[in-house]
Amino acid sequence: MTRRPATRSMGWIWLAPAVLAAALLFGTAVGETRIPLSTVIEVLAVKAGLADRAVDVIDASVIWHYRLSRTVVAACGGASLALSGLILQALLRNPLAEPYLLGISAGASTGAVIIAVAGIGGGLVSMSAGAFAGALTAFALVTGLAYVAGGGTGLRGAGVIILAGIAGSQMFNALTALIIAQSASAEQARGIMFWLLGNLSGVRWPDTWLALPIAGLGLGVTLWYARALDAFTFGAEAAASLGIDLRRTQAVLIGTAALITAVMVSIAGAIGFVGLVVPHAMRFLVGTRHARLVPATALAGAVFLVVSDVASRIVIPGQVLPIGVITALVGAPAFAIVMIRGRQR
Amino acid sequence: MTPLLEVMGVSRTVQGRDIVSDVSLRLHPGEMLGLIGPNGSGKSTLLNLMAGLMRPCRGRVCLHGQPMDRLRRRQIAQHLALVAQSAETGDRITVREAVELGRTPWLGPLRPWRAEDDTAVAAALDAVDMAHMAARDWSSLSGGERQRVHIARAHAQTPRILLLDEPTNHLDIHHQIGILDLIAGLCVTTVIALHDLHHALRCDRVLVMQAGRCVALGPPAEVLTPALIRRIFAVEAELVPHLGGGRPVFAFQRLS
Repeated sequence: MTRRPATRSMGWIWLAPAVLAAALLFGTAVGETRIPLSTVIEVLAVKAGLADRAVDVIDASVIWHYRLSRTVVAACGGASLALSGLILQALLRNPLAEPYLLGISAGASTGAVIIAVAGIGGGLVSMSAGAFAGALTAFALVTGLAYVAGGGTGLRGAGVIILAGIAGSQMFNALTALIIAQSASAEQARGIMFWLLGNLSGVRWPDTWLALPIAGLGLGVTLWYARALDAFTFGAEAAASLGIDLRRTQAVLIGTAALITAVMVSIAGAIGFVGLVVPHAMRFLVGTRHARLVPATALAGAVFLVVSDVASRIVIPGQVLPIGVITALVGAPAFAIVMIRGRQR
Repeated sequence: MTPLLEVMGVSRTVQGRDIVSDVSLRLHPGEMLGLIGPNGSGKSTLLNLMAGLMRPCRGRVCLHGQPMDRLRRRQIAQHLALVAQSAETGDRITVREAVELGRTPWLGPLRPWRAEDDTAVAAALDAVDMAHMAARDWSSLSGGERQRVHIARAHAQTPRILLLDEPTNHLDIHHQIGILDLIAGLCVTTVIALHDLHHALRCDRVLVMQAGRCVALGPPAEVLTPALIRRIFAVEAELVPHLGGGRPVFAFQRLS
């Protein structure tokens, strides 16, 4: 046969940086205040040290401190959530697996709510810290439960992890509801609700400097384990007989998925839909081999969240919608189209 | 000479019940060893112990003289391949992609796909006569075709030892014989769990299991006596010579 196996035709990958750059530029250029694209490019060039000329200070501030940092975080968050979903779907052999399966979003909510209601520290930074602590606590409890209930076996752990995640999520969601019902005012409850649906409004450069290396780490680890993820095609036992060290692979990959999700949730709230749907959409488009699927999923997740963030800012003039609402409203029909086209192929 | 694979007094106990109990055997290079025994006699567990996928509670398994638990999974998979019972996937993959998975133990982040991997995949597809179907989707394959792809995937691992767990399960008689002919034609040492005693007659040696124990081990003509079959399977068996000069056939009658 002369056909080159699809697994190794990767020419499109060189387009990825260009697509990502275009999405970032789009995210930076569009907003409530109209700023011409030429000004945006000028400001970016000056800030990056590529050009040296006078720019309007307010424009520069909006573009650099407000929009660019937020857009970069959106890209990192989208890529991380999509990769996290991809890892869990591949390892647990379950199409419904998603980043919040391990109780991370539920734990983050509880942590954030405790901080918000108790008023410790005050402001968004401490809410993020609370969310991160809550996410990791929930993850530790869920995996601990799965480990004990599964008798410490690596082989048949998938079902146990999913059940433990459901139990953990339900418990933390109940805790959140309890705290809100008991002690939050209507105003606080609304604020918390908004935060839980995902919100990039408060994002500034310090968040970006956290999000970038974490997303990079997530992408690096997932690419390194791309063949191991392939080996799970016929289940964990088949992966083991293909030479995969199950215990180590599962620990590294699930730990990475949990870490990148927890960081992104603590920065931007529990943005739904990206982690569940982007990996599926990419499987339809580029196939199931992870050497292609991993970069494609990271790129699509990043672009999808950048575009959703722009939409959340401009759909209703003068009002910023929670980004989670946009990801679901835009994502569900888009996914339906991908599914239908995939069937017809 | 160190044996390819040696099982030494291996036992595995689950919830106080012995699934495999004190089994010992040495694989001869190039042989086809059949594992037979009633349902639940420990055949699959013994295969998993031999593949290093389960750890024995007592005794040990050595691959090329090395204790299995000291080898890395990757090293084991380079020497030994397992075709488990009915491994399935919902992923949309082609036959070729499924067979390419067999190269996993030889690849890594720093060891990319090479021409020799293409050669191994092509040889594996040829060996099971599936080369013409390499571009077909997994979901479009019949049970027999899927089993052949699984064997091709194991073949692409280029193992010295091939373990198969009831590979003829759920196949019609034509495909059963096809799969066994195919396995017999591969140049590897094979251990194969079987249910059909006629198939067991094709093996070089058979190991008969009952309640986790090895009851007999030797050439099928010597081991599969009517007395043993009555004791293990609770059927009356008579070996009838084949008039055309082929292998003899069993005539069975169920004992109440």
